[in-house]
Amino acid sequence: MSDIAIPFAPLPRTGIGLSDALVTIPLESDRKGLTKKEVAADHPTWCPGCGDFSVLALYFKLIEKRKIWHEKITTVAGIGCSSRFPYFVQAHGAHYIHGRALPFASGISLSRPDLHVFVFGGDGDAFSIGGNHFSHTARKNIKMTYCVMDNWVYGLTKKQTSPTSPLGFKSKTDQWGAVDYPINPMKQAIAAGATFVARTTHTNPNHVLQMMEAAMDHDGFSFIECLSECVEFYEGAFDSSNPRKGGAFNLVPADHDVTDEFAAYKLADQPFPGSFGIFYQSTKPTKNAKEAEINKSYSDKFKGLKDWEILKKNFDKLK
Amino acid sequence: MSDSASTATPAGSASKVLKIEEAVIRIAGNSQDGIQAIGGFLARLAGRSEQEVMTFMTIPSTISGGPSIFQVRIGSGEVLSAGDEADMLICFYQHSYEEHITSLKLGGIVLYDADHVTPKPEWEENYRHVGVNISSLTVEAVGGTGRDKGKNIFSLGLLAKIFDLNIPKLTKLIEERFGGKDPTVVQNALTCFNAGYSHSFENLLKTYQFYDAEKKDKHQVVMNGNEALAYGLIAAGVRFGAGYPITPWSDIMELLRRELPKYGGSFIQTEDEIAAISMAIGASYGGRVAVTGSSGPGISLKTEALGWASMAEIPLVIVDVQRGGPSTGMPTSVEQSDLNICCFGGHGDSPRVVIAPASVEDAFYTAIEAVNIARKYSTPVIILTDQAIATRIEAFEEPDLEKICQDISPDFTPVAEHKPYDLSVGDGVTRHIAPGTRVGSGKYPVVTGLEHDEMGHPTGSPKLHVQMTAKRRNKLRKLAWDFPKVKTYGPNEGQILLVGWGSSEGPIREAVDRARAVGEAISSVNLKYINPLPNGLEEIFRGFRHVFVVELNDEGLYGYGQLAAVLRARYCEPKIRGITKTDGLTWKVKEILDRARTLASQQV
Ligand SMILES: Cc1ncc(C[n+]2csc(CCOP(=O)(O)OP(=O)(O)O)c2C)c(N)n1
Ligand code: SF4
Ligand SMILES: [Mg+2]
Repeated sequence: MSDIAIPFAPLPRTGIGLSDALVTIPLESDRKGLTKKEVAADHPTWCPGCGDFSVLALYFKLIEKRKIWHEKITTVAGIGCSSRFPYFVQAHGAHYIHGRALPFASGISLSRPDLHVFVFGGDGDAFSIGGNHFSHTARKNIKMTYCVMDNWVYGLTKKQTSPTSPLGFKSKTDQWGAVDYPINPMKQAIAAGATFVARTTHTNPNHVLQMMEAAMDHDGFSFIECLSECVEFYEGAFDSSNPRKGGAFNLVPADHDVTDEFAAYKLADQPFPGSFGIFYQSTKPTKNAKEAEINKSYSDKFKGLKDWEILKKNFDKLK
Repeated sequence: MSDSASTATPAGSASKVLKIEEAVIRIAGNSQDGIQAIGGFLARLAGRSEQEVMTFMTIPSTISGGPSIFQVRIGSGEVLSAGDEADMLICFYQHSYEEHITSLKLGGIVLYDADHVTPKPEWEENYRHVGVNISSLTVEAVGGTGRDKGKNIFSLGLLAKIFDLNIPKLTKLIEERFGGKDPTVVQNALTCFNAGYSHSFENLLKTYQFYDAEKKDKHQVVMNGNEALAYGLIAAGVRFGAGYPITPWSDIMELLRRELPKYGGSFIQTEDEIAAISMAIGASYGGRVAVTGSSGPGISLKTEALGWASMAEIPLVIVDVQRGGPSTGMPTSVEQSDLNICCFGGHGDSPRVVIAPASVEDAFYTAIEAVNIARKYSTPVIILTDQAIATRIEAFEEPDLEKICQDISPDFTPVAEHKPYDLSVGDGVTRHIAPGTRVGSGKYPVVTGLEHDEMGHPTGSPKLHVQMTAKRRNKLRKLAWDFPKVKTYGPNEGQILLVGWGSSEGPIREAVDRARAVGEAISSVNLKYINPLPNGLEEIFRGFRHVFVVELNDEGLYGYGQLAAVLRARYCEPKIRGITKTDGLTWKVKEILDRARTLASQQV
């Protein structure tokens, strides 16, 4: 009984033989920053005019500006129009199931400290089916950047009420207008313990980029709510936040203390269009760091021992 | 007690010593009495004495206590099950006595706590009753604190006396177990033990002595099935896992949480089972096969994500420690009713691998195989174990860890170009490169649950869906050829073939031994590989008049257990019939034989 019928074997790397490599890989030192063309993959399937286009364009900008290599980032998403994001980015990426992108991304983040994980998705994905994951990923402060492209509607499934749809929004599941009180994503994030909470809108590209940069530089769970208009099913939803449509784009007041949770909550309580910018930021140790610390306490203790020797110590106690 | 006739009288002892092959001892009390500890000591002692041992226990599913038993079978020869009937019953309470007396062999010994149990005259005729004031003697021994905590160790002393157990080894085990804490704890334990050991039975009982077990070349290790499985995962090189607590899976996640950091890994307790499997898949995608697991309802929650792993062809190990279902069901009872969900659960055609360990030792090696299959075939693999294997303790030969432990760390060397779902490769198996790997062509793969093209980009092409569906299916057909040839236990021709899987293997083999000893042509096979099934079973079936599938689940609407139904569908063989039960208890050898004989006498 004690033999292993399927023994360990080294895996072939890839379907395509490496020996007849068609492409030469430039040396690390010869690499130049990526151009927009190099980071763009499939042409987005979004409706013309969809707010998600700007979010994608600014993600490309971020990669260009910060000289991130393809292989150093991973783009993860759940399901929804916005969640199709990973297909449009020329980098390692995963299009996972509805609402569960955060735990998937956590698996990457916690096992691969060398990568930066970006998660993109919609309001339904984040706050309805994925609501519980949102709270727990935030409270655990797992390092990643999560950008929710909030359009106040279910886009992919064609206009049902979303958890952020305002009261009275007429959808296919609320023909009389939405009756359920909406979620306030900023309050939700602050209350859950997210360590970086920011709000932006697709109509202000510079601001989106600023928020993305700050989020990426944050060591912890960084959350951005990016208003992103669904021109198909909720046209004009955010007009009052767009100066070009006669609305007001107000930055978070200069004297706002981002480490003050209650002040952040007050900002989140402003009526639409509210403020844009970083509402809250704190420097709690990440789960990644805490797990690493636990591991370090052992690596000191077991220094020089091979894995099998560590296991043998357990087995010796079981005799 | 299968005692052989030889009676010896050691010098200096007036009482008779009877040599025995094996003994089945059942200890019945409440869960807070530390009954499991007695069983644990006996099992460890057997392991150190090169004897074979198997245990069986029940624990109430409520934490506040309740009736609990521990049965241990120790033998100098092969031990395949925890034993149908006990040779000796130790009972702490009236309810334990009344509930378990029938599990005793006629003529067996009841050792009861005379402080709590009043023997019934009608039973006194059939069983040897020996009363000992276990509670009060324990209290007396530890200095009259009025608490009888320690009566388990006192009883262990009694057993040591009756079975002439190795006192230095037992003392050492007690010291190891209670050492490190407050020294008075060890002292009290030893006091209890010695008090039990020096109790005089005044010729009420003779002393039994186990035959020496055959010398084994290697040390034995003693553990339960959950421990073996978890250590197997570590040996296989798994360094990341995620889970949510549920009985009886929790032990595995607790162990991995505790142990993985020693190897630079981690195990994460998530908010629910969906997050757990998602996190494990994320880590697997990150380059190194990860593990998740659950029992009962938690398995149901994982099915959507499991389908994603089938679709995206991500290697992953999922442990299902089966318990009684459906719903919350019978949390601490054994059942083998998750075969269907594990093989078929989820929407769409989502092939995955299902393998079932048959014993504690097998759980260790099965875990390693699961990891290797997951890697080699880039597929989710479910280890379908059960509550009986999870909780029972066995002694087995210490694995050669230096040889067995594997390094499965990911390879990040750049590749020129990469197509994960390449349809042109011969074996049809997907190869992923982990994020972090440079691709010279600048074209990076995406993994997805949408039907996709060779690069992982979504497609609505009917042709690609046909090709990719076939690809995902065919690689498992290929895997079936990798499995070792199935061997029958007993001759490969005869009247009855008993087919079993999982924890039923031991009792089935014992049933075969018993039947063959009286001239019946019964053999058995154990199916470790459930999905895909190994090739060549039809040939084996051909050699028998009846094929009975013995499993712990319901006969269902159409009269066949879950594996039986799969086998009938696969082989269109009417002689395949089912022997099932749902009482939440492991098979007794006698039950299997009685049922098989009856079924064989009925027309198909
Ligand atoms: C388990 C499950 N339930 C339902 C769906 C169907 N579904 C797909 S996307 C979606 C909602 C998308 O809304 P949102 O997350 O706001 O993304 P958007 O399309 O608006 O960007 C739903 C209900 C699904 N894919 N999986
Ligand atoms: S339906 Fe709405 S959210 Fe979806 S792509 Fe079109 S505009 Fe964008
Ligand atoms: Mg939406």
